Amino acid sequence: MERIERKFLLKVPSSTENLALIREFVTSAAQQAGFDASEIAKLELAVDEACANVIEHAYGGQDVTKEVVVRATLDDEALSIDIEDTGRGFDPDSIKQEELEELINKRKTGGLGMRLMKSLMDEVHYEIEPGKKNALHMVKRLRKT
Amino acid sequence: MPNPFSVQTVNEGDHVVIRLEGFVDAHTAPQFEQAVQTVVDQGQHRIIVDCEKMTYISSAGLGVFMGFIEEVRDEGGDIKICGLSPKVKQPFEILGFDSLFDFCADVAGAKERFSQPVKREE
Repeated sequence: MERIERKFLLKVPSSTENLALIREFVTSAAQQAGFDASEIAKLELAVDEACANVIEHAYGGQDVTKEVVVRATLDDEALSIDIEDTGRGFDPDSIKQEELEELINKRKTGGLGMRLMKSLMDEVHYEIEPGKKNALHMVKRLRKT
Repeated sequence: MPNPFSVQTVNEGDHVVIRLEGFVDAHTAPQFEQAVQTVVDQGQHRIIVDCEKMTYISSAGLGVFMGFIEEVRDEGGDIKICGLSPKVKQPFEILGFDSLFDFCADVAGAKERFSQPVKREE
C-alpha cells in the first residue's frame, strides 16, 4: 500500500521569542500523527532544544534577519523533523557527553540540549556542510498498541 | 507571541522562595538566572525554587540550576527544587539532576530538607 505523507513547514525569524511558536507547531503536528501526551512532550522539548541551538549558536544570538526552518513530515509510522540553517556549523562528534557533576564542577552547561535530543528521539542525525548549510534530521516513531 | 512566564522572589524567614510560572525556555531563562543572581548577591543561600506553576523547562532553564549550585553549596546553602509535575520532571531526570539535587513535594517539605545533609553524588 502506498505510504501517505503529510508535510508541514514553519519558518520563523531567528529569535528565542519564537520558541513558543515552534513548540506549538510541533505539538500540533504530533497530535495529528497520533502521539500521546507524554511523547508529544518529548518531541516538543527535542525540537525546542534543536532550534534554540540554531538561534544561539549557528546564528550567534538574536538575528531576526535569519530564518529558522522546521519541517515536519508525518506518515503512519513516524514523525520526522528536519531543521535547517545557514549559520555557523559545528562538529557534532566534538560535543562531549560529560557527566552532570563534571559540568557543574567546570561551571559549564553546554551540551545538555544535545543530550536531551538524543534521549528523547529515536534518531538524531546531523549533516554539516561548512559555509553552506547545517541540517538536522530527527525521527520519533509511533508506538502502535 | 508572548511567553506566559513570570518569576517572583519572596523572603520567608531563613529561606528565599523563587516561584516560577509558565515556560522556562531559552527566551525566559535569563530572567530566572537574574532572579537567582540577585538572591545570591544579597548573600542568601537557602534557596527554594517553587516549580508548581511551571509548565515547561528546557536545558536553558536547567542550566541556571547548574550554574549556581556549586557557589550556593560552597556558602553552606543549597537550591531545593519543589512542585515538579511528572511532565516537567522528565528533563531533570534524563540529565541526572535527581542524583545531585533535592526534589521536594512542596515549599514546606523543602524547608524541612534544609535541616538535613545536602545531597551530593558519591
